[in-house]
Amino acid sequence: MEKIYTRPSTIREGATSGFCPGCMHSTVHKLVAEVIDELGIANKVMTVWGVGCCILGSGYTTHDSFGSPHGRACAMASAYKRCNPDEIVYSYQGDGDLASIGIAETIYAANRGENFTVIFINNSTYGMTGGQMAPTTLVGQKATTAPKGRDPQQHGYPVHVCELLATLQAPAYLERVTCLDAKNVIKTKAAIKKAFQNQIDGKGFSLVEIMSNCPTNWGMTPLETLEYMKEHTLKEFPLGVFRDR
Amino acid sequence: MPKVEIRSESCKACEYCVVTCPNKVLAIGEANNSKGYHYVVPANPDACIGCKLCAIVCPDAAIEVYK
Ligand code: SF4
Ligand code: SF4
Repeated sequence: MEKIYTRPSTIREGATSGFCPGCMHSTVHKLVAEVIDELGIANKVMTVWGVGCCILGSGYTTHDSFGSPHGRACAMASAYKRCNPDEIVYSYQGDGDLASIGIAETIYAANRGENFTVIFINNSTYGMTGGQMAPTTLVGQKATTAPKGRDPQQHGYPVHVCELLATLQAPAYLERVTCLDAKNVIKTKAAIKKAFQNQIDGKGFSLVEIMSNCPTNWGMTPLETLEYMKEHTLKEFPLGVFRDR
Repeated sequence: MPKVEIRSESCKACEYCVVTCPNKVLAIGEANNSKGYHYVVPANPDACIGCKLCAIVCPDAAIEVYK
């Protein structure tokens, strides 16, 4: 009997991810580790962590990594990749990091066409700090800093990072995916693999936005978050390829 | 015959695999792991067809599949 699905080699043996039950951060960490195995790049990968729940991955996987100041992962990944062009560099950031305090670094790294990969988890909340409203919180979605739900008159509208970056000339690849069922997990893995392959091929800036959940701060069971995402999140944030060249 | 193996210490009982399996092989078990989660067990193992869908959706890489 042959093993046809195995745990990726760069998840620490015996480790359990620090993420909450059903959190898609865990799924994406697994997929990145699978892609790293499949591309045979484990010994030359550098992860640049944003600030937030994402950094829980640092104790879970064995890839080399460093943390960046809040929001600055795209700037630090730019610098690291320019100094180490033979390494495969990716930033791993949430929406509170990439789309808020780090939006300038993100836009300018994309605009320069920096040759690294961005894995962007959009769960429409600030997870680690306690469910505050994020740039990506849906209209009407409750947050600890918007107890009556996001009100566009007061808080503006959700920020769509892929659409924003697609107005620039330089980015090579921008795609929005999700992990809410097996079919979409397979698509997400293909997008992540392409975003790494683009870097290997020297194509430039590639970003995958993964629509995700936060069962804890949304106050739902993991299964309830899947329904919420189908009914609300994916209507505000349509999946698709926004750039592929 | 295909089979799944659950790494019980990694399972967080999210139930994604339970609702994904087309043949209702998996169920939340009675026992709990050291973190307190009622980890998943192959309650109906003979029905497994080795499609891997459970392992694909598992966030925590807790499922390995043999065929
Ligand atoms: S491999 Fe397929 S049939 Fe077997 S337990 Fe997993 S989902 Fe069910
Ligand atoms: S998907 Fe994974 S973590 Fe969730 S219940 Fe199944 S085995 Fe456990």
